[in-house]
Amino acid sequence: MARVTLTVNGVKHTKTVEDRTLLVNFLRDELGLTGTHIGCDTSQCGCCTVHVNGRAVKSCSVLAVQVNGAEIVTIEGMAKKGKLHPIQRAFSECHGLQCGFCTPGMIMATAGLLRDRPNPTEEEIIHGLEGNLCRCTGYINIVKAVKMSAKLLRGRRHG
Amino acid sequence: MYALNYVRPGSLAEAAKLLAAHPEAKLLGGGMTLVPTLKQRLAKPSHLVDITQLPELHGIRAAKGRLEIGAATKHHDVATSSMVRRAVPALAYLAGLIGDPQVRNLGTLGGSVANNDPAADYPAAVLGLAATIVTNKREIAADDYFQGLFATALEEGEIIVRVVFPVPKRAAYAKFPHPASGYAMAGVFVARTGEGMRVAVTGAGPGVFRWREAEAALAKSLRPAALEGVALDAAELNEDIHASREYRANLVRVMAKRALGKLSGRK
Ligand SMILES: Cc1cc2nc3c(=O)[nH]c(=O)nc-3n(C[C@H](O)[C@H](O)[C@H](O)COP(=O)(O)OP(=O)(O)OC[C@H]3O[C@@H](n4cnc5c(N)ncnc54)[C@H](O)[C@@H]3O)c2cc1C
Ligand code: FES
Ligand code: FES
Repeated sequence: MARVTLTVNGVKHTKTVEDRTLLVNFLRDELGLTGTHIGCDTSQCGCCTVHVNGRAVKSCSVLAVQVNGAEIVTIEGMAKKGKLHPIQRAFSECHGLQCGFCTPGMIMATAGLLRDRPNPTEEEIIHGLEGNLCRCTGYINIVKAVKMSAKLLRGRRHG
Repeated sequence: MYALNYVRPGSLAEAAKLLAAHPEAKLLGGGMTLVPTLKQRLAKPSHLVDITQLPELHGIRAAKGRLEIGAATKHHDVATSSMVRRAVPALAYLAGLIGDPQVRNLGTLGGSVANNDPAADYPAAVLGLAATIVTNKREIAADDYFQGLFATALEEGEIIVRVVFPVPKRAAYAKFPHPASGYAMAGVFVARTGEGMRVAVTGAGPGVFRWREAEAALAKSLRPAALEGVALDAAELNEDIHASREYRANLVRVMAKRALGKLSGRK
């Protein structure tokens, strides 16, 4: 067994779990944060994307104990004081989702992408979301939502 | 996943000791290959020895015509390193093509080179640049290191510490990714070194290999057309649901020409 301490969305949690516990199961089963989805469970779909120390990773492919001590941000940590994060707003306004199953992962991957490239080209957006699959939208509106997210975040940074 | 023990040694020596004490232990890099394998219960290690935080396996240094990269360096950090971009831009470009951003944020150089997947990208650069694999026991030349399908010169308990790349005059990589997996259907790394041209091919065969006939042809001319008609034995290449041998042979030639085209452009 391993004693794992993670700071998740700003709150410190310590749990004793089996060494083989995946980060996604730690978040969903131990902390009840079920916004992080399990889609493929084979590191292909990106539904389970969360941020570990500021970098996007697939939480179904990481052991919780591997990231012991890290700062984690999940989809539940994006909205602040009941106000949607600009990326969430953009996905909603651009209709960047249908069933919504892929959306938490898409939003976390978008946040990672825009941190590295605040002003991405369409090609950079497509390349930057290569780790995320969506079975509904056909991606067109997701790309639109990322463009709008970039605009909103730039506005926020400058003003 | 079967139950296992996770351990994080504090030094390289301690990591080696753990491996020696537990014959069923396995090294853990970024886990991008190993964790999915464990989830499928294709392996049953008693211990996972996480070496990603060992200081000996970190750092990127460029000096005296060599670029040294620690084995625990993540693909993302190679792709975005200004030092790598300056010394061997083709290597930074290659690292940025591996998998997807999430995979690049965890996967490591050492893990990729140890795993030696026949469709992985790094082996092409390591062999194409005639790099040296430095382990906790010895130094291994790339030409001796890669031994076909998932096989390497690494012995039980041997740990890759860093990879040393001689800086080439110029180098370029061209990859035709499998559209679903992102792995190379064919990837060709071309380097102009002090000792002549080197051409390393990944994705197409059972393991990374040097295309010696192309190297000989390029000794005479660096124009992409020089590769027309140069022999490449399709019988040696992979055939699977994704592509026939002949198709892969053609892809190798096309990727090699593209890499050459880049070689004659900007560094
Ligand atoms: C969705 C997806 C897409 C991918 N696409 C690509 C791609 O396009 N191109 C590509 O090249 N790769 C691709 N990969 C593989 C990726 O690059 C992995 O990161 C890499 O193969 C393994 O590196 P790792 O650090 O994660 O190693 P791990 O998975 O931790 O380990 C792999 C093996 O290496 C051993 N090992 C690890 N570190 C060392 C060391 N320092 N010394 C000795 N042995 C060691 C381990 O014991 C294990 O056997 C992809 C992976 C995924 C999940
Ligand atoms: S559930 Fe993790 S990548 Fe699909
Ligand atoms: S909205 Fe349904 S999977 Fe993307």
